[in-house]
Amino acid sequence: MKQQLIVSGTGGQGILFLTRFFAEAAMMMRLEVLTSEIHGMAMRGGTVVSHVKVGPFKSPLVREGQADVGLILSKQNVPLHRSLVKPDGLIFVNSDVAGDYFSIDASKLAIDAGAPAMTNLVLLGFAMKQHGLFCEADVAREVLTRLSPRAHLEFNLKGFDIGYTST
Amino acid sequence: MNRQEQRMLMGNEALGRGLFENGCSLVASYPGTPASEVLASVVAFSREAESPLHIEWSINEKVAFEVALAHSYTGKRAAVAMKQVGLNVAADPFMRSAYLGVKGGFVLISADDPGPHSSQTEQDSRLFAHFAKVPVFDPSSPREAKEMVKKAFELSERYEIPVMIRPTTRVCHARQNVTCKQPKLLERRAHFEKDPSRWAATPQFIYDLHKLLNEKMDKIAAEKALSPVPFVSLPSRNKRCVIASGVAFAHTYELFEELRLFDRVDLFQVLLPHPLNRPFIDMIHANYKQALVIEETYPVIELQLGNGKIHGRKSGFVPRQGELMPDLIHESLERFLGRTSRPQRTAGVSPGKRPSLCAGCPHRPAFFAIKKTFPKGIFPSDIGCYTLGMNLGAVDTCHCMGACISQGAGFYHSYAQDGGPIPPIVVTIGDSTFFHAGIPGLINCVVQESRFIIVILDNSTTAMTGHQPSPHLGIKADGSPTAAVSIPGIVAASGVRFLRECDPYDVPAFSALLQEADAHCRSEEGGMAVIISKRSCPVDKRAVRPERLYAMSVSDACDGCRLCMKQFECPALEWVEVPGKKRGRAAIDKALCIECGVCKHVCPKGAIVVAEEKAI
Repeated sequence: MKQQLIVSGTGGQGILFLTRFFAEAAMMMRLEVLTSEIHGMAMRGGTVVSHVKVGPFKSPLVREGQADVGLILSKQNVPLHRSLVKPDGLIFVNSDVAGDYFSIDASKLAIDAGAPAMTNLVLLGFAMKQHGLFCEADVAREVLTRLSPRAHLEFNLKGFDIGYTST
Repeated sequence: MNRQEQRMLMGNEALGRGLFENGCSLVASYPGTPASEVLASVVAFSREAESPLHIEWSINEKVAFEVALAHSYTGKRAAVAMKQVGLNVAADPFMRSAYLGVKGGFVLISADDPGPHSSQTEQDSRLFAHFAKVPVFDPSSPREAKEMVKKAFELSERYEIPVMIRPTTRVCHARQNVTCKQPKLLERRAHFEKDPSRWAATPQFIYDLHKLLNEKMDKIAAEKALSPVPFVSLPSRNKRCVIASGVAFAHTYELFEELRLFDRVDLFQVLLPHPLNRPFIDMIHANYKQALVIEETYPVIELQLGNGKIHGRKSGFVPRQGELMPDLIHESLERFLGRTSRPQRTAGVSPGKRPSLCAGCPHRPAFFAIKKTFPKGIFPSDIGCYTLGMNLGAVDTCHCMGACISQGAGFYHSYAQDGGPIPPIVVTIGDSTFFHAGIPGLINCVVQESRFIIVILDNSTTAMTGHQPSPHLGIKADGSPTAAVSIPGIVAASGVRFLRECDPYDVPAFSALLQEADAHCRSEEGGMAVIISKRSCPVDKRAVRPERLYAMSVSDACDGCRLCMKQFECPALEWVEVPGKKRGRAAIDKALCIECGVCKHVCPKGAIVVAEEKAI
């Protein structure tokens, strides 16, 4: 099993939580994992992209055109980071407008459900539904249960399910 | 005792875990990116410890090095961690420690920053190890970094020599699943064996110690277990090879897989770039027509390999500066193999936001007042968040830790000796930097009769590297209480006669104090003037919160002159378009504003006003 992923977005959107989620999921599945976070220079609201490599990799960086999957939490990051994903790779974007990728208005779904902070998990659930990720929903729920602070657990699982069941 | 578990660790945490697992009983450090998390992780792991472990944020890297060195003299294992430019500060004890050697294992972690992402140089600590005649390990991943701590302690004890581990940013800040074991209990008792001919070696002993050092290095260079790791399909009939180390090896290895090069070109991973294994050097020259060296950042391996058939950074085949990103290595490999490389797609460039002091940062009003009070002043400054005062026009120089005070003196003497007008000179320095290297400069100023203003920007933390405590807080690395050292006490003891404290949130008072300080500098009986600008970093969890909050708003008096945006640049001031008007206007971004109320002093039209004052 080898998979390269990128998670892109703006500081504060939960990029690092998703990165940790993938790392923990890989460890639970007894797979090797390497991650690398690249923060923009701006302190708040700056661009953040993290690289996740699952399987026997050595380099922590995803090269241009090598990622199998891209999760993009802010649509303005699409032109910045989509080139990291293979031409035939899967790109999931949190966006209110459709594009030549899988899109879902995760922000709106999260706000409607009363917790804008779970936007990242709506996108995760949505991506997982397409079966393009190295892990499946049962692992995801277990990892979320383990990683989420008690106060957020219910919302996080709810967010994941909203994304997972949306079409 | 051999219980093992997988944990997801950052490279710096893996190094910290390595120190913890291998019986290290003293770790000292000074914060600096990309090395800062090493010590913090040792603090976290030490909670699982059974044996005592002394962990300290030292006042600077030289002090950290010397504390750890003496610990090793007692036969125990010690480590010191710093960033590459920190090693410049510790250069003095470092160079001599190679000659005198150590007793218990001594590991120096010096983290390099190719790129550079957050440093004033791209210097290669491995070359410093070469200069000092000290062995150095070059890890390519967090996991390898942890394994190298064990190897480094063993090597250090076998030869009684300090050993360096040189990770780079991409290793320090990458995360990987790493196997963690129970810590090794060494149960060593401190025992310092007196040997003045060694521990106090005068020049007459140094010749022999130098000879001994050279012999140690020759033996290390001959150690089979430390020779580069071959990825060669034997028997190799290749006449070309690639030699790589550090994270550049990791990138290169993956390119070999992707381009299916393993059957066609031999690859070697160098674990110990200095001293480079002697039999390896001979083997390369005997077996290969050409070799390409991929290493960051200086040509350390290449220099030791010598001769013209080696391609690398010295030969100019690989760019001589900057980080070796995978795409760049790809290009070099293709060229080495005589192939034209595919045109690279370039990633989108982030439109970016220029880095700025946080909303409510107390440095901002201090800089604003300095610039406003002395529009024609000279403003030397230093290393920390406050370097960003550059955006506000209140930082003219920034060189290396503590240099600002001495630079202020240099400017002063230059103008003073001409007999003409002396511009106001206002130096800014943070509290941690003041302790690190500012104090000797201050004493020098007093003795040399310099006359200028020093503003100590005391935000009660080392903010930029992650809020490590500095010595006036009375907090140790693990959060426990200790004695607090008074900054005003030190300033007064240095012989400064003009010493005041002020809250920078009170801009008019701060401005008046600057005028008073300037008058003192220029008066007949005058001298140095020090103002302590005191207000906690609002991002710090331990910060002292303001007593009052001010909900701000922008009134219709705003005529869109943009002065607040340009000269104050608070992230909570946003620019909004006004329908039907050519010029937009300022507004307050409630999500970012921390209600410090300082911006009421900024607008010349008085358009930024307090909407509501709240006592806490």
